[in-house]
Amino acid sequence: MNNIKKAGILSTLFMGLGQFYNKEWFKGIIYALIEVIFIVNALNGSLYMTFWGLITLGETKGVKGDHSINLLINSLMAIIVLGLFVLVYFINIKDAKEARKRIEAGEKAESIKGTLVRLNTTYFPHVMMAPGALLILFFTFLPILFTTLIAFTNFAAPYHLPPGNLVDWVGFENFVKLVTLPGWKETFFGVFGWTLVWTVATTVLNYFGGLGLALLTNSKDIKFKKLWRTLFIVPYAIPAFISLLTFRLILSGPGPLNSTLLQFGWISEKIPFLTDPTLAKIVVIVVYMWAGSPYWMALMSGILTNIDASLYEASDIDGASKWQQFTKITVPMVLFQTAPLLIMTFAHNFNNFGMIYLLNSGNPANPVYKQAGSTDILISWIYKMTLEKQWYGMAAAVTIVIFLIVATFAVIGFTQTKSFKEEDMI
Amino acid sequence: MDNLQFKKLLKKAIMYALLLMVTFIFIVPSIWIVGSSFNQGTNIFSTTLIPKNPTLFHYKELLFNTDYPLWFGNTLKIATLNMLLSLVLTISTAMAFSRFKFKGKKITMMTILILQMFPSMLAMMALYVILNRFGLLNTHLGLVIVYATGQIPFNTWLVKGYLDAIPKSLDEAARIDGASNITIVTKVVLPLAKPILVFVALQNFIGPWFDFVLPQVILRSQDKWTLALGLFRWVADRAQNNFTMFAAGAVLVTIPITILWAIFQKHIVEGLAAGASKG
Repeated sequence: MNNIKKAGILSTLFMGLGQFYNKEWFKGIIYALIEVIFIVNALNGSLYMTFWGLITLGETKGVKGDHSINLLINSLMAIIVLGLFVLVYFINIKDAKEARKRIEAGEKAESIKGTLVRLNTTYFPHVMMAPGALLILFFTFLPILFTTLIAFTNFAAPYHLPPGNLVDWVGFENFVKLVTLPGWKETFFGVFGWTLVWTVATTVLNYFGGLGLALLTNSKDIKFKKLWRTLFIVPYAIPAFISLLTFRLILSGPGPLNSTLLQFGWISEKIPFLTDPTLAKIVVIVVYMWAGSPYWMALMSGILTNIDASLYEASDIDGASKWQQFTKITVPMVLFQTAPLLIMTFAHNFNNFGMIYLLNSGNPANPVYKQAGSTDILISWIYKMTLEKQWYGMAAAVTIVIFLIVATFAVIGFTQTKSFKEEDMI
Repeated sequence: MDNLQFKKLLKKAIMYALLLMVTFIFIVPSIWIVGSSFNQGTNIFSTTLIPKNPTLFHYKELLFNTDYPLWFGNTLKIATLNMLLSLVLTISTAMAFSRFKFKGKKITMMTILILQMFPSMLAMMALYVILNRFGLLNTHLGLVIVYATGQIPFNTWLVKGYLDAIPKSLDEAARIDGASNITIVTKVVLPLAKPILVFVALQNFIGPWFDFVLPQVILRSQDKWTLALGLFRWVADRAQNNFTMFAAGAVLVTIPITILWAIFQKHIVEGLAAGASKG
């Protein structure tokens, strides 16, 4: 048996053994300590509790009984820690083998200083990413995992709400309800369809609206560029909830827009901007253009000023028209630099809760729908189900649907973009 | 006047007309809000664009008889902490992705992109439970952690894209001169990335002034509230009858933030792709 294998096997038997064999004491002690702490905790009963809680979600009913939701979250956190432990275990084995390989090649065993230097060179990017990765693990990944699992439970008011009541696993019942049960079916497909229209329309309109504004303010013929840009950034600088609540009031039935139009005699009766289902849909899209295009303008102005001017000069010499320059130089350059952002914005708009909820709360109410209005998109429907009705299980099921759709789109769309394929370009 | 000159002049006129029209549409709501805040009375429908009898009553009321100053302080604290934490996290992850090669880079980037599709708000029920478990419910720290974590994927992408445009030959030259990774990151790349970092800092400073959903879930007691949540509750609870007070509050939040924008506008507008040519 060669010594490299031996080091690996030793570290597999007990963390740190291989390191001791390599005479790298410092690392060995740390690894061994990690394993000791883990074993003490596992023998303590927490390992059993973890899986018992996850599988049963509690067995004793009543206020003093089991709290299903706390059991679930504790189990999930324990599983994540377990996962981290397994990861460290593998690193420990790999480290023992690699260290041995170096020693066999004639290098000296690594000192504390040597380990730190290695962290600062070979593993520098990993160290840099560690804090962010940990936070994402507990505050992004864990919530997703938790929500996913809730989608397969009957967690909802009034009969399955802890403390006092237990929550149970129900399999795919929530999803089946969503697509087959009358009432739920109409709401789900209706809201879903409008969400798609809303996403595509607002993303495209805002993107090209922003590009238009950027071209306008970057034009050679315009004076006081800085002033115009500052004025145009105003909608972006105002907190969205303020401008949206303002629009909500401006556009309301007896609001200032209707009364002004009436006063001038341009209309004879009030326009139901926010109360007619179709008109309300158009209005939310238009108001979002107002609020959304300045962001793209700010982004694109920078890109436009940085497009190599010689590209335009060269194409001028070749006799390209302004339109050709726009479609063949400007748009591709801008698209290239903004493609990942554009995809992210698509996802953002798919879930743009604030725009819908603040402007019109998803109204006007739709009598056919379950707890949703005509302009409600999936996420605002979820918000209403969560906060107004406490239908957590169903809300989580819709959340999973959203997530699957957007993630699929993102993966496909994203791998097609140039900036991903040519990751090292420029 | 010949044809070409006339065409040029016409083009200019159209452009300026467009500029004026857009400006009008963009700033009228703001003017209306400012006007309302100086109006007498409290009802939105009786207010006029230019107040007939301007009054500072609502501002005085706001500063001395409400929780507004407290909420302002809370928001300032949260915004500042969020900005600092976000900057540190974004810089370190974006640097790792842009300047270094490591195993599993593409798959990690893809994971980040997918995670980004899951807005914090969708998981509000889960976040409530998790923060409760960590004892961070109803604390500003809990809110800041959720904000700062939530921004990592998006801003990592943004900053990575920018850093990619800074020539890698700079790093290599520095490395040959014996610079360590930390020196390369802090002394070589970071200074060139200043414009995008200003953008990220500003975005994360301003974010908490906008958001009312997460504070609503995380901050349970009124003395912990942020401005956005407080103002939202005013409008939500007292309907449209306290509109002028809301308007005054809105003006007081917006002014400092707009000034910030104006100051850093140069960085934002010229910024986002500027470093590319500096190599």
